[in-house]
Amino acid sequence: MALQILFLIVAILTLGSAIGTVIARNLFHAALFLIGTFAGVAFFYVLLQAEFLAVSQVVVYIGAIATLIIFAIMLTRSVMGREAGALNQWAGIVAVASALIIAALIWLFTIVKFDVNPQPVPDDAIAQIGKGFVSTYVIPFEVVSILLLVALIGAIMLARERHQ
Amino acid sequence: MNIDLRVIGEAFHQFLINIGLTSGQASLIDWIFGALILLVIFIVLAILLIWFERKLAGRVQDRLGPNRVGPFGLIQPIADTLKLFTKEDITPAGADRITFNLAPTLAVFSIVMAFAVIPFADKVIGTDINVGVVYLMAFASVSSMSLLMAGWASNNKYALLGGFRVVAQLMSYEIPMAFAMLLPVLLAGTMRMNGLVEAQGQFFGLGWNIWIMPAAFIIYLTTALAEGERAPFDLLEAESEIVAGYNIEYSGLKFAWFYLAFFMNTWVLSAVATTLFLGGWQGPFVSQVPALGVVYFLGKTIIMFVIFAWIRATFPRLRIDQMMSFCWKVLVPMVLVLFLLTAIILKLGLPTIAVWLLILLSNVAVFVIALWLLGKGLEKSKWASKRLFTPEIPRL
Repeated sequence: MALQILFLIVAILTLGSAIGTVIARNLFHAALFLIGTFAGVAFFYVLLQAEFLAVSQVVVYIGAIATLIIFAIMLTRSVMGREAGALNQWAGIVAVASALIIAALIWLFTIVKFDVNPQPVPDDAIAQIGKGFVSTYVIPFEVVSILLLVALIGAIMLARERHQ
Repeated sequence: MNIDLRVIGEAFHQFLINIGLTSGQASLIDWIFGALILLVIFIVLAILLIWFERKLAGRVQDRLGPNRVGPFGLIQPIADTLKLFTKEDITPAGADRITFNLAPTLAVFSIVMAFAVIPFADKVIGTDINVGVVYLMAFASVSSMSLLMAGWASNNKYALLGGFRVVAQLMSYEIPMAFAMLLPVLLAGTMRMNGLVEAQGQFFGLGWNIWIMPAAFIIYLTTALAEGERAPFDLLEAESEIVAGYNIEYSGLKFAWFYLAFFMNTWVLSAVATTLFLGGWQGPFVSQVPALGVVYFLGKTIIMFVIFAWIRATFPRLRIDQMMSFCWKVLVPMVLVLFLLTAIILKLGLPTIAVWLLILLSNVAVFVIALWLLGKGLEKSKWASKRLFTPEIPRL
């Protein structure tokens, strides 16, 4: 019962900040709302007893990605940012498209039978995740790391000073 | 005599059930009380630590330190707090009001949250989650987020520059710090904070990670100085360069919150160093009298705090390019090599003593080679030996 109430409160906060991200007039506020959304998702992971996912969510999304976004905004805009409306001439088309996507998702969720079979979370969940990375899922894991390496090298090449 | 601190918690729980609450309600009240106790410890510790550091820094720098209010100036922090209460609460024109007010709260919040996973004695811990170490890193990143918010929301260019430095410094030093914190995790095979302390209990203190991996400890210490915004890494609030950094526009109690977060951050970093490297609550007779663990833990943490305060009182500030290149060109490669070597050694399947000796050997080797390379590099590079900018001296 208490968990349901907690879930509802956090769900409302998460969805509220997700909407805030989209409609905030100030780009910096949009980024802060995005952080709120990430924090809400992290909280859902805690409710699902996936602590490792929750802290990874905070480290990766709030600690790295959101900070990067804010840093980019701070570097490219004037100090307090420019106020800009959330809507432009594409608003109508986008609204229709997202309504369609939501309808499709609702339809999918009603016809798909989820195999809900809750089992207690194993105590060594992290160890199992770690073993999965180097056994069953080793190829996707390596592909992702190569992708990150390529992005890293690309960033360094772009930012490097060119010596004549 | 078997004093166990858990007995108090269990007795309180039993008392709540006896007065007619269900087990769930009693647990809820237990948690609220536990959180309140941690919070009170937090505030009281901060007041004591501020006095302690000011006194210590005074003695180190051949001054007296606070000595007017109360015996040995002990009531000075309380007087300071009262003064901060009476100050005018200014929000600068053009500041982003909500973000401006949220930032100090978030700064303290992120530090208080770290208290939840610090083991004060055996099983005397807020919550022993199985991702303790990563949890600490997660809240460290929330902390840097709050400083960035403060820097932006103040609508002041010096505060914004402080915000930029927050990202540059805290984000960069988080990487070697995370790896240095993961080295004990590799050895212990668990991320539980209590489990990490238990793993260091062998051979009467020789099992402490500081003896097994001294280089990792030194890297942690260096990065902790940077993460705690302490000299020689206090570029976030370098008065001579950017006036005061991210907290320039804050006055009164909001400034006090940043100050509180700053001191408690150092305390948390010392406590983590104690837990990961100095054996936490381990010490003589701790298995007979578990309550002694609190004494050992606090003693070691205070020693770490003294080292941090001592360094802060002694060293001058680094230049920002030196700080950044030290992180990326020295600490990160060093800790990556250490991490790789430790992982390989642990996979060899040797007996414990051999593993420890090999890790010690690899630590010493990496440290010596890093110092040697650093020395060679500094001999060659221009910026360390000569001034980058030579001012023209007018001839008379």
